[in-house]
Amino acid sequence: MLEPHADEILRVSDLHAYYGESHVLHGVDLTVNRGEVVTLLGRNGSGRTTTLRAILGLVTSRSGHISINGHQAIDLPTHKIAHLGVGYCPEERGIFSSLTVEENLLLPPKIRSDGMSLDEIYEMFPNLKERRKSQGTKLSGGEQQMLAIARILRTGASLLLLDEITEGLAPVIVRTLGDVIRKLKERGYTIVLVEQNFHFAAPLADRHYVMEHGRVAAMIDKEDLEDNKELINRFLSV
Amino acid sequence: MAISANAILTQAMLGLNNGAFYAMLSLGLAVIFGLLNIVNFAHGAFYMLGAFVALIGLTQLGPWLGMPDLQINFWWALLIAPLVVGLLGILIERTLLRRLYGLDHLYGLLLTFGVALVLQGFFTNFYNTAGTPYPGKPEILDGVVNLGFMYFPKYRLFALVVSLLVCFATWYLIERTKLGAILRAGTEKPKLVEAFGVNVPLLITLTYGFGVALAAFAGVLAAPIYAVSPLMGADLIIVVFAVVVIGGMGSIMGAIVTGLALGMIEGVTKVVYPPAASTVVFLIMALVLLVRPAGLFGKE
Repeated sequence: MLEPHADEILRVSDLHAYYGESHVLHGVDLTVNRGEVVTLLGRNGSGRTTTLRAILGLVTSRSGHISINGHQAIDLPTHKIAHLGVGYCPEERGIFSSLTVEENLLLPPKIRSDGMSLDEIYEMFPNLKERRKSQGTKLSGGEQQMLAIARILRTGASLLLLDEITEGLAPVIVRTLGDVIRKLKERGYTIVLVEQNFHFAAPLADRHYVMEHGRVAAMIDKEDLEDNKELINRFLSV
Repeated sequence: MAISANAILTQAMLGLNNGAFYAMLSLGLAVIFGLLNIVNFAHGAFYMLGAFVALIGLTQLGPWLGMPDLQINFWWALLIAPLVVGLLGILIERTLLRRLYGLDHLYGLLLTFGVALVLQGFFTNFYNTAGTPYPGKPEILDGVVNLGFMYFPKYRLFALVVSLLVCFATWYLIERTKLGAILRAGTEKPKLVEAFGVNVPLLITLTYGFGVALAAFAGVLAAPIYAVSPLMGADLIIVVFAVVVIGGMGSIMGAIVTGLALGMIEGVTKVVYPPAASTVVFLIMALVLLVRPAGLFGKE
């Protein structure tokens, strides 16, 4: 195994994961460095969402190595993993209908003191401020997506795992989300994006992991995207 | 058939008094069902246990320990019984219920029904099922209060006011505080709340302990009114389940309002048409299930 890189915030090696009896991940290897935006690309069922869920322990069982901010996470219960500095935005957004927008925002416990303040968050997402008293699930799809991202910015998590944030949203909102990701990168957040929408991900990300059959099939740097167009097309069949 | 308005008001008040107990018990059931997905059939047994902790603490604990002067009075029992019974609940959650999460509701129901039978059986061995009076009603609560339309026992009025305070404090805790927001979120999507770094297994244990403690508190409050009997909970729990079904599983305000309303309806039925007094709750339950299967305050 390689020596851990000093700037490495996430290292996953030989990660296997199971839902019930079915073996979904077959030895995923990837690393993410501090301040990077990295995407997991691939077809449906290639194991991208499961990779995020396995990092958080939201699968039936898992094995291999996961290190987050230098701490081993594979044996930790789910509720301790967030405290290593991870914020998670699930694919279905996970907005709570019995909570108001503001209660949704304030729900995740602070894990470090250096998260964004509520004012900063409202500045970045003015819609949420306007609707802070509304029931969480009464927001539009785009606003719910903003809320799902916004609520993990307050906690002080430095590594954000964002699952399919552009799914089903109008192009104008997808563009806004692109700006949000750029701003978060400037602020020093490290972001792992699971994306279906390659055109959204391509200009944002520093590196791309292409997944197939529960493993990483290729890693492509931003600079090499042009040369690898064909490979990507083959894997994503776009 | 002339029924005086006074008689109706009197029965409504007494019914409201019973209703406050229904409310406190169904509240605990609703909170537990929301987060644990367990229909806590042992709830009545914990209510009974609360009353017995009060009775034993007052009349038997001292002699057992060789200190005949030691008596846990009513006020201390209100504090101690919920703690003791709540801890027992926590123990049961940790050792038994925990193994059932993720299984069908039926398993939790069967297990808690078994726990209820064991507890009742145990106390039936030592105590009269016809009931033992609780002799520790505080003197200050002796006598009656003139409510204008009736003379109402002071203690019953006290029990009613305290139950209402406890119900609304619980409502406030769950619907208006940060802790309550975590609890509501945990009820909806426990795995996601855990992924945010909340220790959900601990939250579940404490919630069960709290719900059970609430039942024990109601038991202590009930002890001076009703006789303390091993079956006092079993008698009550059936009506309380009807309350929860009518109000809608998992709705806090629903449990409180339905409990109070059904207590009153039951009381008034006692004057208007006495033979129906014990069935009216179930008639309403059947009607509600036909019209609104999720309950009056339930979602979906």
